[in-house]
Amino acid sequence: MRIRIVDIAKDFGRTGALRGANLDIRDGELIALLGPSGSGKTTLLRVIAGLEIPNAGRVFFDDQDATAVPVQQRRIGFVFQNYALFKHMTVNDNVAYGLRVLPRAIRPAQTQIRSRVEELLDLVQLPELGKRYPRQLSGGQQQRVALARALAVEPRVLLLDEPFGALDAKVRKDLRRWLRELHGRIGHTTIFVTHDQDEALELADRVAILNLGKVEQVGKPDEVYDNPDSAFVMSFVGDTSSIPVEFDGTRLLHEGRPLVATFGASRTGPCRLYVRPRDVVLDKPAADRLPGTIVNLHRTAAGRRAQIALGKAATVIEAEIDMSLATSPGEPVGISFAKGRVFPE
Amino acid sequence: MLEAGRASAAPVPITTESRLARGTLIALAILVLTIFLILPVLVVFSEALGKGLSFYLATFREPDAQAAIRLTVIVAAIAVPLNTLFGITASWAIAKFEFPGKSLLITLIDLPFSISPVISGLIYVLLFGAQGYFGPWLIAHGIRIIFALPGIVLATVFVTFPFVARELIPLMQEQGNADEEAALTLGANGFQAFLTTTLPNIAWGLLYGILLCNARAMGEFGAVSVVSGHISGLTNTIPLQVELLYNDYNFTAAFAMASLLTLLALVTLAAKTLVEMRYGDSLAVSSRY
Amino acid sequence: MPIRTQSLRFKQPSVLPGFGLAFGFSLFYLSLIVLLPLAALVAEASGLGVTGIWRIALEPRVLAALRTSFGLAFAAAVTDLLVGFLVAWVLTRYQFPGRKLLDAAIDLPFALPTAVAGIALATLYAPNGWIGAIFASLGVKIAFTPAGIFVALVFVALPFTVRPVQPLIGEIDRSLEEVSATLGASRWQTMRYVIVPMLSPALLTGFALAFARSVSEYGSVIFIAGNLPYVSEIAPVLIVIRLQEFDYRGATAIAVIMLALAFSVLFAINLIQAGGRRKYGHA
Repeated sequence: MRIRIVDIAKDFGRTGALRGANLDIRDGELIALLGPSGSGKTTLLRVIAGLEIPNAGRVFFDDQDATAVPVQQRRIGFVFQNYALFKHMTVNDNVAYGLRVLPRAIRPAQTQIRSRVEELLDLVQLPELGKRYPRQLSGGQQQRVALARALAVEPRVLLLDEPFGALDAKVRKDLRRWLRELHGRIGHTTIFVTHDQDEALELADRVAILNLGKVEQVGKPDEVYDNPDSAFVMSFVGDTSSIPVEFDGTRLLHEGRPLVATFGASRTGPCRLYVRPRDVVLDKPAADRLPGTIVNLHRTAAGRRAQIALGKAATVIEAEIDMSLATSPGEPVGISFAKGRVFPE
Repeated sequence: MLEAGRASAAPVPITTESRLARGTLIALAILVLTIFLILPVLVVFSEALGKGLSFYLATFREPDAQAAIRLTVIVAAIAVPLNTLFGITASWAIAKFEFPGKSLLITLIDLPFSISPVISGLIYVLLFGAQGYFGPWLIAHGIRIIFALPGIVLATVFVTFPFVARELIPLMQEQGNADEEAALTLGANGFQAFLTTTLPNIAWGLLYGILLCNARAMGEFGAVSVVSGHISGLTNTIPLQVELLYNDYNFTAAFAMASLLTLLALVTLAAKTLVEMRYGDSLAVSSRY
Repeated sequence: MPIRTQSLRFKQPSVLPGFGLAFGFSLFYLSLIVLLPLAALVAEASGLGVTGIWRIALEPRVLAALRTSFGLAFAAAVTDLLVGFLVAWVLTRYQFPGRKLLDAAIDLPFALPTAVAGIALATLYAPNGWIGAIFASLGVKIAFTPAGIFVALVFVALPFTVRPVQPLIGEIDRSLEEVSATLGASRWQTMRYVIVPMLSPALLTGFALAFARSVSEYGSVIFIAGNLPYVSEIAPVLIVIRLQEFDYRGATAIAVIMLALAFSVLFAINLIQAGGRRKYGHA
């Protein structure tokens, strides 16, 4: 099912408000709503679900205006961060719930419900746990039951609100992979909210970045990472350092010294250059390189980084450096940039 | 139903009943509470003042009425301090120490709540009544317990002794021993530690417990009815006097006496609400009934 | 250093003093006030023996009184369960003017002396009372009939079904209600399959307390009941009558039966609660 979100505004009088969000979601895609807390991503998810009524704007499911449709009739599947399993029901009863509350006219027979529950538990790889109670399951298992429960009523879209937020790091990684696989198999349109950019980039077909109640950019993970539309997107997705520079119409200048490229600068005047650590090139000081001093070096899980104070203003930037590079704090270096983006101040 | 495009004032969550259902339920609840709870209180005052204010006040000038009030106050003045002392010592032992049989002790303390007030009176008659176990001995020595003040005090003590303890035990358990231990390390002895650390911490809970204990002590009917001689002017507390007047068809006087206890109940409730509002966290979180 | 053998200890070692004094006094007080009189009850009861008690239990008048007491207490407790749930829900979930006042009023039956409640209710529901008159015009008599007892018991036990439930209603996880809605359940279905089961421990507790209180109630009931033997006579009244006849044994027998029956009900409810806790943890 396609979903179109048009100019949604929602005001709580506090954080999490939406101020004109627009988004087109394609049929069958796995899309992430990514953003810092307060960006409105959970609110947007809940508006799509029908759990919040927007102050303005419309939501379209395929071509139907679903804005005024009550949540019970939207045929969506929702998975909460805290699983929200019914503690007083067995796993079987939890999964069967959506089928049991169907109006008598369209409710399937008991035997059909039971076999569907079995199917679903197989699908989420929890075949023998039907008679257990939620409190007897691990967090990861509970979340899978929650997913099975959401899938039972054949929803048109799956909505996941920080589904792995309450789980350990290892479990989170396993479930991420598992979710990706599951989506490959069943192909529902799936929208999930996360504040973890790794999760979004790893899982999603497309990523929508939200900031201050608006969708800043939406695109494939590579697009969003390599071609960010704004400073916010660039610095939120992946590490960045930013350097104050000036564009005079033809050249990009840092403290008067021209840089080798303009990195997409367009507006004259003061602006900022954003670079990723691995695009910072360390070399010996030279005339066509920016002068800097190494402030410190540290290990990361992936390798080694240096913090460098650049120029007279001593702006601190981060660079990824080779494991074998022999250098130490205090050493003067010459900096150039393999890639970067300029955004207005 | 759902109006997208209109600014919502206070957001009503999806998880609530429709406006119509809510309105109906609220109206129903108000109706039920008014009929069942508020009307009886109004009836008391309406009947008490039924013959005018001067008649109302004259009721309290009757010697029997004054005797009843005196007796009630005396009984409360004995029972409440005793039970407060018990409450403090029992909760000190239970909340601050570990020993086997604690839950048995707590169950015993809860006992009067599970027993009919009539049975509470019965057990003292069995002990001290004319045909009770100590009956003949008491008669031989000219001591009267049943049908006299001591019996009434005993029955009242029995029925009201849990109140202070039940308020203090969970409170003191929540508060833990840290303050007292700190006082001890600074050189205080046990009693000083209690006065300077425990007492201030439990002050509001203690007050609340005493208020409840007192209200119940003055208002106890069933247990006292069994052990009292029902002799107007001698062994009638206010509740018993109310019964006497009512059974004599002296309704207005009966309600006049009853209004005293009703006022006490209202004051107790008001005090409770006030204390809970301002010092909610100084009261036991679990105030069971 | 030689190792000292652990001597048999009653209480765990503690820095705080005063245990002996406090515990000793409490125990002394309890023995005097509670244990001694209860021992008299037990002694009297064992004087009768189980057969003796059973014989008295089967006396027609006693049976009738027990039936009245327990039957009406049960009915009142069920009514209070429903009314109490309604009131607890409304007071916790909704905002409306006067809510705080009504919330405080719930404690009235608890704070008001039973005799005062008794005469007030009797007057209110008498044929010429404010409410009794309305029913009288419909040909229904409340005061001086079992219906009057029922009404008095509903009054007396109401706080017990409201107070335990209120905090639980406040703590309900809204996401459970939301997820139920996303799965297509109507508000009524959510109430029935999700909310009420979650509240059932508190509801059961409230029912048990209300039942226990109703069975033992005396002062609120004797004025509005007709106290007609076999019709509107409750067990506590029968106990008092036996005492007035100096039939200590008879009174004791009825008391013991009442206690035994009441405790059985409470015990059964406790078992149900424990079973639920075992299966799915604290609700």
